[in-house]
Amino acid sequence: MIINGVNIDATFAEAFPMKATRAIITAQNEKWAMISAQAMTGFATSVIACGCEGGIERVLDASETPDGRPGVSIMIFAMGGKGLAKQLETRAGQCVLTSPTSALFAGIDGGTRIALGKNLRYFGDGFQIAKVISGKRYWRIPVMDGEFLAEATTGQVDAIGGGNFLVLAESQPQALAACEAAIEEMRKIPNVIMPFPGGVVRSGSKVGSKYKALNASTNDAFCPTLKGMTRTDLSPEIESVMEIVIDGLTKEDIAKAMRVGIQAVCDLGANNGVKRISAGNYGGKLGPFHFHLQEIMA
Amino acid sequence: MSALTFTLKYRPDQRVDMSPLVCHHLQDLALPDIAALTLQSGKCKLRVDELFTITGSDAQTIVIKNSFAKLDFIGKELQGGSITVEGDTGAYLGFGMKSGEIKVSGNAGLYAACEMKNGYLEVAGNVGDFLGAALPGNKMGMKGGVILVKGDAGERVGDHMRRGSILIEGNAGDYCGSRMTAGTIAVMGKTGRYPGYAMRRGTLLLWNQPQLSASFNDCGAHTLAFLPILFASFNKLNSRFAAETAVFNRVQRYAGDMSEMGRGEVLVKL
Repeated sequence: MIINGVNIDATFAEAFPMKATRAIITAQNEKWAMISAQAMTGFATSVIACGCEGGIERVLDASETPDGRPGVSIMIFAMGGKGLAKQLETRAGQCVLTSPTSALFAGIDGGTRIALGKNLRYFGDGFQIAKVISGKRYWRIPVMDGEFLAEATTGQVDAIGGGNFLVLAESQPQALAACEAAIEEMRKIPNVIMPFPGGVVRSGSKVGSKYKALNASTNDAFCPTLKGMTRTDLSPEIESVMEIVIDGLTKEDIAKAMRVGIQAVCDLGANNGVKRISAGNYGGKLGPFHFHLQEIMA
Repeated sequence: MSALTFTLKYRPDQRVDMSPLVCHHLQDLALPDIAALTLQSGKCKLRVDELFTITGSDAQTIVIKNSFAKLDFIGKELQGGSITVEGDTGAYLGFGMKSGEIKVSGNAGLYAACEMKNGYLEVAGNVGDFLGAALPGNKMGMKGGVILVKGDAGERVGDHMRRGSILIEGNAGDYCGSRMTAGTIAVMGKTGRYPGYAMRRGTLLLWNQPQLSASFNDCGAHTLAFLPILFASFNKLNSRFAAETAVFNRVQRYAGDMSEMGRGEVLVKL
């Protein structure tokens, strides 16, 4: 399959089941909601070492948030429910509770309930106040700038992590420009996050390593500087490869995000140095969810 | 199906216990069975059809017409469905109700919504003392749900209240929110003496500065983030509480009752 001169490989992205949750952070203005959200989703690029994958889903208008203030919707993904709950609580406590003027609300009404502000309330040292409003419990925790308001719980749902595609280009700036265009479009899709810095990862990994201590290492088949010394997957003109990883609530959400992302890359086309779109998989051994690129773009 | 309607034929001298006439008791009964139910009135038992003309068939929607202040225990322990009362009610309106909706076009007597668990109760007129309170000797009053009173409320509103919201568009009597364990009482009008007397936790949200006892301490003026959410939860009510002009988040906060646990608060609109 070739779109605007860009070759779409007959391969698939391999994804695996995860647990996910969503929270809504509001603040006095969008600037401070975003600061808090960025802190909460910082160091959350990969479950390999961060414990979770997190990202900003979208900015919310004041009319969309529970307290009528500007907000940001964030999502966190982890391999299991326990890990997710732990990450959520730690991050909420250190990054949102501490952030000036912030408030924290559930972003998923259904699902298994996990603690959001439920345990943060103990920071109130006995001065905290519970309010049950329309069946939802909120905690009012006195803090130095006034009160930190946090909903007691949010929902945890089954989700999918590790959807991806690779952008192969003739130069590093061209690969990055294509990925930036893709991310801009993908951020408009609900229920997905692209957890890596700016949504783009330049160090895609393969499973395993020559070093026993590591369970992941550089994806040498896609490293352009190794073209002459490893079983490369790159043709001579490819000088740079970047990957976009997508976590989403459902298979459809991820497929939709991949489609708009790949389309944005293809819109730049071969004239802008983008030559191929591929995807990372492990021969179907790692995850049960397979996103075939050509099917998605058909 | 039209609403199951009980129209009072005459006003008995003695008070009447209306507790059998709730939706979940009547839903599987035929009209003749409902007519044959008996209601305690003083020392007598009166057949339902002796007191009421019965029409309609939908037991999930009950209407009581020509009601007056001696019909007690209307909607007792109601579990789903709705009861509309045209006229006044006696004491213990919605006593221990668990879910569903009760609307009264007139006034209600003592102990309305006493030990209410959940649901919605609306009184267009005034209510007597001990709205949403606990029975004498009991430690737990209203435990959930929403009460809206469009008129005035008597003394001891929310005595021993545990959870839920009481909204009063008019005035509240003395000892409003006395011995509250938690929950929210909002009063648009004036409050009597000793608001929040011996309250442990909970919120009194007042539109007018009350005459507070010395055991409430001023915590200053604040903008509280939970208030817009609280007001948003009143949006669907047919009430002044639902009006956009009613919404505020700037309050003077008083903590108390310091002679008790002292974790309660009186918030006064600024």
